[in-house]
Amino acid sequence: MVNFNRFTLANGLRVLVHEDDTTPMAVLNILYDVGARDEEADKTGFAHLFEHLMFGGSVNIPSYDEPLQRVGGENNAFTSNDITNYYITLPAVNLETAFWLESDRMLSLSFSEKSLETQRNVVCEEFKQRYLNQPYGDVWLKLRPLAYKEHPYQWATIGQDLKQIEDARMEDVKAFFKKHYNPQNAIMVVGGNVKTEDIRRMAEKWFEPIPAGEKYVRNLPKEPLQTEAREVIVKANVPLNAIYMAFKMPARNDESYQSFDLLSDVLSQGQSSRLYNTLLKEQQLFSDVHAYITSSIDEGLFVIEGKLVEGVSVATAETAIWKELEKIKEELITVDELTKVQNKSESIMVFSELNLLDKAMNLAYYELLGDADLLNTEIDRYLAVTAEQIQQAAQQIFVKEQCSILYYLIAKDA
Amino acid sequence: MLNRTLVPDSMQVNDIKFIVPQQQQLDNGIKVYTINAGKQDLVRIEFIFDNVNFDAAKPLQAVAVNHLINNGTATLSAKDIADKVDYYGAFLQTEYGADQSSIKLYSLNKHLKAVLPILKSILDESVFPQQELDIFIQNQKQSLQVSLEKNDFLARKNFAHAIFGNSSYGSNISYADYDALQQQDLLEYYAAAYKPENCTLFIAGKFEQSEFELLNTIFGQEWNNKNQSVKNHFAFSAAPKGDILIERPEAIQSAIRMGTMGINRRHSDFAGFQVLNCLLGGYFGSRLMANIREDKGYTYGIGSAVVSMKDAGYFFIATEVGAEVCGNALSEIEKEITILKTDLVPSQELDLVRNYMLGSMLGSLENAFSHADKFKNIFFSGLDYEYYEKYIETVKTIDSQQIRSLANLYLNTDDFIKVIVGKK
Repeated sequence: MVNFNRFTLANGLRVLVHEDDTTPMAVLNILYDVGARDEEADKTGFAHLFEHLMFGGSVNIPSYDEPLQRVGGENNAFTSNDITNYYITLPAVNLETAFWLESDRMLSLSFSEKSLETQRNVVCEEFKQRYLNQPYGDVWLKLRPLAYKEHPYQWATIGQDLKQIEDARMEDVKAFFKKHYNPQNAIMVVGGNVKTEDIRRMAEKWFEPIPAGEKYVRNLPKEPLQTEAREVIVKANVPLNAIYMAFKMPARNDESYQSFDLLSDVLSQGQSSRLYNTLLKEQQLFSDVHAYITSSIDEGLFVIEGKLVEGVSVATAETAIWKELEKIKEELITVDELTKVQNKSESIMVFSELNLLDKAMNLAYYELLGDADLLNTEIDRYLAVTAEQIQQAAQQIFVKEQCSILYYLIAKDA
Repeated sequence: MLNRTLVPDSMQVNDIKFIVPQQQQLDNGIKVYTINAGKQDLVRIEFIFDNVNFDAAKPLQAVAVNHLINNGTATLSAKDIADKVDYYGAFLQTEYGADQSSIKLYSLNKHLKAVLPILKSILDESVFPQQELDIFIQNQKQSLQVSLEKNDFLARKNFAHAIFGNSSYGSNISYADYDALQQQDLLEYYAAAYKPENCTLFIAGKFEQSEFELLNTIFGQEWNNKNQSVKNHFAFSAAPKGDILIERPEAIQSAIRMGTMGINRRHSDFAGFQVLNCLLGGYFGSRLMANIREDKGYTYGIGSAVVSMKDAGYFFIATEVGAEVCGNALSEIEKEITILKTDLVPSQELDLVRNYMLGSMLGSLENAFSHADKFKNIFFSGLDYEYYEKYIETVKTIDSQQIRSLANLYLNTDDFIKVIVGKK
């Protein structure tokens, strides 16, 4: 149970407070309701580049990191296809420094050319380090555009290519800030050794003077139902053949979401899971194999991926995956399997309450989904899922005509 | 009118409280250290065993035992174990480290009674089935194939081997080492290492006397495992130095890893060295990050660290940089070290690092698990809580002259091993 109090400032900023007196620390987490899905097709990677620029100094404070470190604090941020999330942890006694820093960069950035130039380079190096200079590193750069033809989930948060990042201009940066970085598009969670009255006072002092800005109304194209099997073959200098299969699945707020999450657990969570035991241990077709969901706010992906044991043909391996998918479509999972994945979900929920930052991030995310209270009732939705619902979930999406397959093959074999 | 250019008041972290574990003993002598704290009904139980009987000809013996320990026992198959552990929503993790191997159980208290007997079977009657070993060898070799395509992995592996040779800190694992694994070797190592005399228990979370008694009933008797063992001990002569270039013509980034053998936690300079390391590359605002990432944009990240192990310590700097700027990055790293050896650190910067490190220490004591981790650090170094008092005192009081002396003592780049994977 993660308790919280909630209020909204006059400019529309939503504030949640989680009081936890077992720690001397505090967390200030700000979620901006903007992600890579809000980018234009010729300016991809921009939400993430922008996240880097948020550390390049704000209108009244030349350095963001320095004053925070000086009071014993740390910070970081991440960008996904859906959101951009910034967080600070620091000794609770110095919390006001976090309010000062975060409110100033919500007010306005310094928009320094030097910062833009440096961060373009840093992001290009990040692109290389994580996506280009790793075996299989570019899988998601290729799988997304295969699975999505209309929705902006067709590009990765890092962007479609280095060129679009290199071309980012200051006027784009300013326009992006104006459009997305205002109080109405943000959710702030303060947690730890804090009192709600103090947080209200500091929020009114530091954040309420920020102009409300214009409300961004999201209007993204809906991905049409896929009706043909899609495949792409990549040949690269990798040591093992690999298969990536992506199926579209319902959005995060769909009432069947938890059934799909548990379906992925039955297939792939832990060493008792089906794919691990049949494909890796019994048939020894894969040296690793996983099923997981992207948990996207809009229609997401259910992915099955694996690296093949040397000498196993791609056709054999793929057939074996389909056989497992057909089985779970045809036969109900056992009572023990259902209990197992539900117990596991419960454990994960309880263990996540050990970490203050996790609690703050979760509150912000569930508030974005509609109501932070959903966090505390989430386990009930998992426990209510039936074997029939998991079967229906499997029947709904494991269809060849709705599958996008990426074959990632050893160049010399291809 | 709010003046946003004024920095809010702040204070240095003063009061850092450590929770000292309760010490108990099972009937067979196993020491149990418990941090009973936290509001949630959950617990982490770690069985930690010292690594023993190291044989350089069989560098994967201890690794394979740790990995395969839950893959079949006299009474349970690998699948039975996984099914039962997962059924109760528990998590079982095995972890092989430089000096110790561990089995960690994370469980809700309500399922502890059901899960602990499974753990006992794993710890005292594992059989290491040949088929599981074969699968392990096949899949680990494939995983190694993928890792060997990664520049940072190659840099790590070659750096450790250059410094620590064929000891367990530096083994340069090859496919042949996997092929050489024998079931009999695993059984022998298991019986020697996983026995009560070689075991220490660390428990964190909710754990009351009744649970201790349950633990004692299950683990407090005589075990089957009782082979002879000698704890690993490594002695290293002068640290080797020199450049290692592993060329990868298609690399668009080069991985750099450089450093040298250093001191470990038992040395009186260790805390001061950590402050020096923090200034150089130990946090986001460090000199290496400020120069090589935030000013030059050569990399996504660069950092340095001091690592303490039982019989040695080492210092390293690591980064991945654009292949075309690798030479520039190397000279900038060199430059930053030279500045620390010649110029005094400004007090403004040193004060910032003091506060940052104290804040980090406070933040690293978040829950019962982290208090247990802090205790394990000193326990396995043969130290007590006075170590942390001294550490905090050093962070608060070390001065610029001392930092410069430490830089001259420990950061001699001519004596470094420098590994570059990619293009120089």
